[in-house]
Amino acid sequence: MIEATLSILAALLILVGSAFAAVAALGLLRLPDIYTRMHAASKAGAVGSGMALLALALVSDSGAEALRAIAAIAFFLLTAPLSAHLLAKAAYAVGYNLWPGSVLDEMPHLAVTTGEADTPGRQDDAATEDIHHPDWD
Amino acid sequence: MSYEDFAGLFLDVCLDVALTLLGVAFLLTVIRIIKGPTLPDRVLGLDMLTSVAIGFIAVIAIDTGYTLYVDLGIALGLVGFLATVAFARFILARGKTGDDSDRQDLQAIDDDPYSGRGSGNIVDAGEGR
Repeated sequence: MIEATLSILAALLILVGSAFAAVAALGLLRLPDIYTRMHAASKAGAVGSGMALLALALVSDSGAEALRAIAAIAFFLLTAPLSAHLLAKAAYAVGYNLWPGSVLDEMPHLAVTTGEADTPGRQDDAATEDIHHPDWD
Repeated sequence: MSYEDFAGLFLDVCLDVALTLLGVAFLLTVIRIIKGPTLPDRVLGLDMLTSVAIGFIAVIAIDTGYTLYVDLGIALGLVGFLATVAFARFILARGKTGDDSDRQDLQAIDDDPYSGRGSGNIVDAGEGR
């Protein structure tokens, strides 16, 4: 009885998780620029695989395997935002543009350095050439 | 049909549907990786690909009963995380190449007040007028 209930719960979890992954992939394909795509992929992708792993933890018959699946979920929930944030910050620092429909750019002049001179940050002249609009002033 | 039979049947159907959905997700992500248009888009697609693959591994582990597959999932997650971090550092170190702005291929929106004004970066919007 309990086992059957658990397997129904696991079935629902994998269904919702894979639906999340499919929606995330659709967002990755449809959204207009790198930052909005990241918004779809990093959150929904992590939740999708996390739900599938939670279902695996529910149906596994030994406690050790369930614990390992839970540990894997914790690991993904830790690393997915980290990698997404790092990628977004790198793309922004290098100067990939936002979609024209974006309403707010809260950090227009970001200077990213790695503490070493061999990594080029955002060049100042290139940046001003990029964002200077003569008809604005 | 007893409750247990229904649970087993429901799990089987859900596993098939989940594999189909994950396959669709895989395909859409691969289309994004092929289309690009820039390097960060492709790296993001790679990240997404690993997380979909982890979902695949979990579903297959439930399907076959070999729960040892969890370890494969953990290892794949670690590799995917390190790959994304390394690619982010590479993007930072490489800088922006010359044709990235043209290739970025941002689509226009209706009634765009900033159209024809170069980049999408809206800076100093409140001052200097």
